Amino acid sequence: MDLDSLIVLAPFIAMIVTAITLMLVIAVRRNFALVNGIAGFGIVLSLLLIGPAWHKSSIQAIPLLNIDHYALFFVALLLLAGLAVLGLCHDYFKQYDAENEELPLLLLTALLGGSVLAASSHFAALFLGLEILSISLFTLIGYPVNRTRPLEAAIKYLVLSGVSSAFLLMGIALLYAESGELDFIGIEGFIDAHLPLNSVILSGVILIAAGLGFKLSLAPFHLWTPDVYEGAPAPVTAFIATVSKGAVFVLLLRLLVTTGSYRYVPLLTVFSFIAMLSILVGNMLALLQKNIKRLLAYSSIAHMGYLLVALIAGASIARPLVVESAAFYLVAYFITTIGAFGVVSVLSTPQQEAGDVAILRGLFWRRPWLAGTFTLMLLSLAGIPLTAGFIGKFYVFTSGADARLWVLLASVIIGSGLGLYYYVRIIVAMSMNSEEVMSEPPKKSRKWLSTVTLAALSLLLVWFGILPGHLIDCIQSIAISMR
Amino acid sequence: MILPSLIAVLFVGGLAAWISARWHPNAPRWTAIVTLALEAWLAASQLTGNHAAEIPLPGRPAAWLTELDLPWILRFGIGFHLAADGLSLLLIALTVLLGWMAVCCSWTEIGKRTGFYYFNLLACLAGTVGVFLAVDLFLFFLFWEVMIIPMYFLISIWGHENRTYAAIKFVIFTQVSSLLMLLAIIVLVLVNYQRSGAFSFDYFALLNVPLEPKLADWLMLGFLIAFTVKLPAVPFHTWLPDAHTQAPTGGSIILAGVLLKTGAYGLLRFVIPLFPDAAHRFAPIAMTLGAVSVLYAAMMAYAQSDIKRLVAYTSVSHMGFILLGLFSWNLLAMQGAVVTMLAHGLSAGALFMIAGFLQKRLHSREFGDMSGMWQAVPRLSAFMLFFVMATLGLPGLGNFIGEFLVLLGAFKVNPIVTSVAALALILAPVYALIIIQKACHGPLQKRPILTDCGILELSSLGVLILASVWLGLHPQTVLDISAPALQQVIQNMNAKEPSWTLIR
Repeated sequence: MDLDSLIVLAPFIAMIVTAITLMLVIAVRRNFALVNGIAGFGIVLSLLLIGPAWHKSSIQAIPLLNIDHYALFFVALLLLAGLAVLGLCHDYFKQYDAENEELPLLLLTALLGGSVLAASSHFAALFLGLEILSISLFTLIGYPVNRTRPLEAAIKYLVLSGVSSAFLLMGIALLYAESGELDFIGIEGFIDAHLPLNSVILSGVILIAAGLGFKLSLAPFHLWTPDVYEGAPAPVTAFIATVSKGAVFVLLLRLLVTTGSYRYVPLLTVFSFIAMLSILVGNMLALLQKNIKRLLAYSSIAHMGYLLVALIAGASIARPLVVESAAFYLVAYFITTIGAFGVVSVLSTPQQEAGDVAILRGLFWRRPWLAGTFTLMLLSLAGIPLTAGFIGKFYVFTSGADARLWVLLASVIIGSGLGLYYYVRIIVAMSMNSEEVMSEPPKKSRKWLSTVTLAALSLLLVWFGILPGHLIDCIQSIAISMR
Repeated sequence: MILPSLIAVLFVGGLAAWISARWHPNAPRWTAIVTLALEAWLAASQLTGNHAAEIPLPGRPAAWLTELDLPWILRFGIGFHLAADGLSLLLIALTVLLGWMAVCCSWTEIGKRTGFYYFNLLACLAGTVGVFLAVDLFLFFLFWEVMIIPMYFLISIWGHENRTYAAIKFVIFTQVSSLLMLLAIIVLVLVNYQRSGAFSFDYFALLNVPLEPKLADWLMLGFLIAFTVKLPAVPFHTWLPDAHTQAPTGGSIILAGVLLKTGAYGLLRFVIPLFPDAAHRFAPIAMTLGAVSVLYAAMMAYAQSDIKRLVAYTSVSHMGFILLGLFSWNLLAMQGAVVTMLAHGLSAGALFMIAGFLQKRLHSREFGDMSGMWQAVPRLSAFMLFFVMATLGLPGLGNFIGEFLVLLGAFKVNPIVTSVAALALILAPVYALIIIQKACHGPLQKRPILTDCGILELSSLGVLILASVWLGLHPQTVLDISAPALQQVIQNMNAKEPSWTLIR
């Protein structure tokens, strides 16, 4: 391994070294603030190391990972999301009298898994990354061990995630049995030579799609989502909704683009069906929810459906536009989702999770800034202009219209209409008169890190909503550089 | 740089009003007044200054008085492109005047959270002014959406008993329809991209995109639905009675006076020039819809027992005239539509103010609680009589000029539909007289002594009377200002399809 490979791999190595350091530090001395500080430092260090890696990134450092600009951009996105979640976690767990020190460690390993996914160019790396991520998540979800809801959620996630991994492995095995390749590029060569594909490959591809669909919580595979979202501690929910789903989506996009699966029509039909179902099911079930976390869970199912529309459009439009659309939508989705769950996490304590919509009543008049932030996040989820979510939706519309996916776009419009109803309902609840509300215990627990995080997210949201030019330029460069 | 400042002044003023609530509960009101005064001064200088100079912009048709074009999102050729012609300036003048009225009548009505209220009011006005100025389709869409959110807050926070339902209905109707418009905009841009190889959302660049007839029909429908929901025309009008009734007085004035006009403006500025062929094919249907709106809403108005709901239905009826006029394809009817836009803004705004004043005194909007108002509040009742007469189209007032011109122009094109629509001239007095009979006449109910109009109410309604009379007696000024803009629309239609027989 030469110096260039080392530079390229440095962000990953930094994460691993930080994780190991954390284990040692915890063994010596349990101090939540210290551990958090080290984890935060590790993430920032990885982020800084992305800089030099960016200039060298054309080389394939090891066979499993293809660390190009595409990968590095998303690794940076995942790391920033991880940093935000770390800040939220600190405030959420600091009043919680238990051994919280492993939490940042698990966040780091999950980030490592996500980053490996974003860079993987080989099915082995895919599976490794996915398992590192998932195993960290089981523990994170069930971290408050003496409460039943998180434990229930963790068990559910463990079982279903295990099943989906099995599907995925079976699919990879079938693909390997036919083609003898595990490398994405090798598979591309195989598909090139063997179109149309036989039924073994078809089964393999469908199994892989199902496995990834579980992780993305797309419609027929979405059943775990509301329960896990509701049960997990709010910052961890933010992490699942963004880092876990985002990393898998980044991988899926690369998989489709590099293996040339776009030429494979039945796959697109399956994806179109899944996308439409996700949009409609997610939005309709969200209408019925009284719990904010469940509501956001269903809305995230719908958002994955919108994102999938951009992905499907890739079959017939220029590849840079697809990558661009998906990347912008993901950035907007990350900001918005972390922001929304961040507000929930600020409102809740380890003893009582802020779930019921009733807790938001009159929030505008009690905590105007928090309510304003939440309103901004909800408007962005609904795709109202001047927020990043609107530009994301604009991208989805553009790529969908370019590819002439009229049916899918119609379902996006219907879904947005439904979505607006439940987002606006939360805003209504927040703007109700505070006289009608039971008085909140007036305890002053300062949550500085959460405040800073939420402020930064709101700023980014509005910045990318009003002046998206910078982000678009950046994304465009990675979209063009991607093979 | 006057154009962006027209938008910025309102928005910054709104922020200032919000912040100033910390110091004194009265501060937001004064901030709003000062903001609107500044806005009025800017708009007036734009209206008079350019009218005198008459320097056509280079490369633009002569109707455009001034423009500002800054690059914004280069990736998609989106510019911060504002331009003003006579039509947009007239509507901005109406916006400022009615904004003033909204502030005046909210002076005592809104006691809670005044800062946030005035922020929303001014932000909504800023969005509306943006809609009237934007000539970049993306920018237009942005303002189109942005003006809805503050209005939503106005209804859902300060509205009446059933506000949540009304506010959500309003938002969903307008948002879903505008997503159709967004899709149509994007497809139009993509078609232009395939032809010219460059993304552009610029109005002037998209004006002359050749489209296949079928595609043009669909795209036109996308725009048309968004605008007819906002206008509203009959199948899409159901949000309006709820929203108007439940909104606070200031919100109702802005909704009826200004927000509805954005729909008509959109039809005139975008649907007809961008898709002249498709719109021409659609004209008979649109005119029929207009006539149906006129009659149906007039009959519905007659059946209402809630004064605000009645006025809301009369708005739908008047908007039917606008639809009829715009799709008649001649200058006369289009000018009639523009005059109706202005005159309806004045009369409906005034009637909503009066309804608000009555509600403040009676705590009810039901006619059952009102009878005998003429004895109880003679001055307010006299104002009511005046504006009810204006609504039914009394000659000498603005509404008459508008409806007369629309009918005159439309008759040449489609005599049957026009004759049917003209039946409204019978129905309008019926619903108008019902208001007077139920509210002003009748036995005086036992109730505490009501105070008549105060000086603020008197003067604000007085201003509206003056404007309405001026519009009725001397409409030529308005016609002169709007004529170049409308002529250009008609020229554009001519240029595209010379074979059309156009009645001038």
